[in-house]
Amino acid sequence: MADIDALTQRLRAELGPGQVVTDRQELRTYECDGLAHYQVIPALVALPHTAAQVAAVVKACADAGVPFVARGSGTGLSGGALPHAEGVLIVTAQMRRIVEIAPADERAVVEPGVINLQITKAATPDGYYYAPDPSSQQICSIGGNVAENSGGAHCLKYGFTTNHVTGLRIVTPDGEQVRLGGRALDPPGYDLIGAFVGSEGTLGVATEVTVKLTRLPESVRTLLAAFPSIDQAGAATSAIIAAGVVPAAIEMMDALAIEAAEAAVACGYPPGAAAVLIVELDGPAAEVEAQFVQVTDLCRRAGAFEIRIAADDAERALFWKGRKSAFAAVGRISPDYIVQDGVIPRTALPEVLRRISDLAGEHGVRVANVFHAGDGNLHPLVLFDARVSGEAERAEKVSGAIIDLCIEYGGSITGEHGVGMDKAKYLPRMFGEDDLDTMQLVRCAFDPDHLANPGKVFPTPRLCGERPGGQVAARFPGVEVY
Amino acid sequence: MAVLDELTRPAGDDDHVGGVPARLVASPKSTEEAAALIAATPGLAVVVRGGGTKLHWGPPPRELDLIIDTRRLTGMVEHAAGDLITVLRAGTPLRELNLGDQQLAIDSPARATVGGTVATGASGPRRLHYGTARDLLIGITVVRADGKVARSGGKVVKNVAGYDLGKLYTGSYGTLGLITECVFRLHPRPAAARYVRSTAPAQAVSAILAAQVAPTAIEIDSATGELAVLLEGTPAGVRDRSALVEKLLAGEVSEEAPSWWGRDPWTPDQIGMKLSVPLSKVGSLLDSGSAVRGSAGTGVLYAAARDITEVEGLRAHCVRSGGHAVVLTAPAPVREILDMWGPTPGLALMRRVKNQFDPEHRFAPGRFVGGI
Repeated sequence: MADIDALTQRLRAELGPGQVVTDRQELRTYECDGLAHYQVIPALVALPHTAAQVAAVVKACADAGVPFVARGSGTGLSGGALPHAEGVLIVTAQMRRIVEIAPADERAVVEPGVINLQITKAATPDGYYYAPDPSSQQICSIGGNVAENSGGAHCLKYGFTTNHVTGLRIVTPDGEQVRLGGRALDPPGYDLIGAFVGSEGTLGVATEVTVKLTRLPESVRTLLAAFPSIDQAGAATSAIIAAGVVPAAIEMMDALAIEAAEAAVACGYPPGAAAVLIVELDGPAAEVEAQFVQVTDLCRRAGAFEIRIAADDAERALFWKGRKSAFAAVGRISPDYIVQDGVIPRTALPEVLRRISDLAGEHGVRVANVFHAGDGNLHPLVLFDARVSGEAERAEKVSGAIIDLCIEYGGSITGEHGVGMDKAKYLPRMFGEDDLDTMQLVRCAFDPDHLANPGKVFPTPRLCGERPGGQVAARFPGVEVY
Repeated sequence: MAVLDELTRPAGDDDHVGGVPARLVASPKSTEEAAALIAATPGLAVVVRGGGTKLHWGPPPRELDLIIDTRRLTGMVEHAAGDLITVLRAGTPLRELNLGDQQLAIDSPARATVGGTVATGASGPRRLHYGTARDLLIGITVVRADGKVARSGGKVVKNVAGYDLGKLYTGSYGTLGLITECVFRLHPRPAAARYVRSTAPAQAVSAILAAQVAPTAIEIDSATGELAVLLEGTPAGVRDRSALVEKLLAGEVSEEAPSWWGRDPWTPDQIGMKLSVPLSKVGSLLDSGSAVRGSAGTGVLYAAARDITEVEGLRAHCVRSGGHAVVLTAPAPVREILDMWGPTPGLALMRRVKNQFDPEHRFAPGRFVGGI
């Protein structure tokens, strides 16, 4: 650890007091992100306040050949911000300045530690908001959103983080500060913003983000429809899409997820529902009203036994409260659970849900389903009790089998939580060796020494050309390097 | 080189790029055939050609041996209507797609192919509402410069597994390899559409954006002094919204787009430019005196410049405004002395990407930013 000691001294000299954490107890508070069963205590934590300080930390890491991991609020669900035991954790939470809200340009310029919802709050007085809305939007940071290409309930209509970032200032893994894009669209050259967003911290650290602001819709209409079966809720979803309606969101919860949400936040969903749909339409009042009548009718025809229409913002918030609290709420009905994130073509929804139910039955575990039905993004919650011998293993097995189902149906192993630490092993089931090798050409261009968040996303690091191989091989002992 | 004889044919008189003649032409019919071709021709400089509608964009290649023509690499592999996606081979002309009551919402000229549109990142008026190829592309298959086939993304819209290579290939001007197949998200075709045509100034754009009319496109044309708005949706909704815009702009509702809508503003003897500025700077760009046309709602516009002085003036204006200006096409004599791409932040990083993907610089050498 001699290199870490030297690095610590260098960073103490370059950063301000209190910005370098080495106390074991304090380091422990950073040992995991939102996926708490992976825990690694970092060698040290740096708390930069400025882009220049981020660059100084990364440069020091590059000089010493020490890996670094960037972390925002630490709410990620794939272990993407899991620290490296011999590395530096760069926490951007102190960089919380909203640099500018520019409604005339329909842009906001923010530092990476700014909380997602704060952008919307700052832009609302001007009639704008920031569209991507992950469920954790009250606490997750925009830097983390950029790393993960975060989605949310409303990305069915509005797209993901990658569709809303127009400019980035980044620090590359060699410690250089680079500006990409800005407020204007289509900057010349390769779309490195497109490559960086969603790269899960493996291409560097974002120090400033320029995002699009979206006009607040004139009208928002939300309904909650209760169905006697999941198949009928699935049929309603398909009917809405087939009718040519693009809702802002279509969310589904099954009976077990509803039970959990009721226990946690008393959202008062219709009793006896096997599934509920939350459908939200937004846009000009002249469009929304007609489509809302159509959607209500389609839900009824698909077999909804109760349809509630939010009369005001308070009631809409209550509909959403049940949905947005669902992950945590499951803690009320099960001591332990795995949150899964997979994607299937929307039309395969009823079939895949039946097979998930079969899987759960076969392995004797319960699965609660919460998902973005409009875009086929499943979030099965596999419930188990770690104190019962063998249950954790069975739950893990079911969770993995669900991912295999997603691949079988031509979907994806992750729709929004990222690959991170948790799913690196699944990535080769979705992509071939040449696919992964090609993706890592980008990694080699940015980070030939594999210092930025090593061990995440790709199960097998690629040896970058024209570099001595010893260093990489030494960092990943026992790993096949090709 | 028996393999080469089998896969290629000698170039004809029309087989040149920006005046640089090719020696050979190949028209692979599948990804596999294209991969075999590229693997069998190491060291040959390649330019990919689709419908040829934008082949004259960008500087000419430094060298050229082989043109890979994608016009036999065509067809719709899949249209999953219920999932709102389609899988298309790169040589498929966009205008010839039959997607029923759905659409791939990318504006393109006749004959333009899927691959050419993605490779140039070309866009049109409707980008305001639907985004561009970059936003609609959800999966891609490419052949690398070494002949290896690689895929990223997939067939579902929501997907964050692995790096998004589709973004990197979009707008890369054929410098990273050959695009063979693209997966796109689709949109329903709107039930109704209306244009509102007016002679309101660019400053009126902010009033449209502030009003709750959700326009699909806001286009402006300095030559005619026209500002036109496209509204799409339900018949009743479009009627109400177009009436509102009509009043806002003191304009006129029309079934037809203006004749200049979505067309390049330049003639073959002029310099064609793509300009991009922050939204608040569109007005001053229109006041610059140059012939400018394009998306006033996104700040991406096109200009016809007469000479290098005008190019430099427009570029300075855009860069000062926080944007950029690229020369897409120019007559041969000026092309040689023009810096077509202009200043490119992040260029060093881009060179590193190019060196990884195409270490021998065999794909479209010299056609991209900074001589990449």
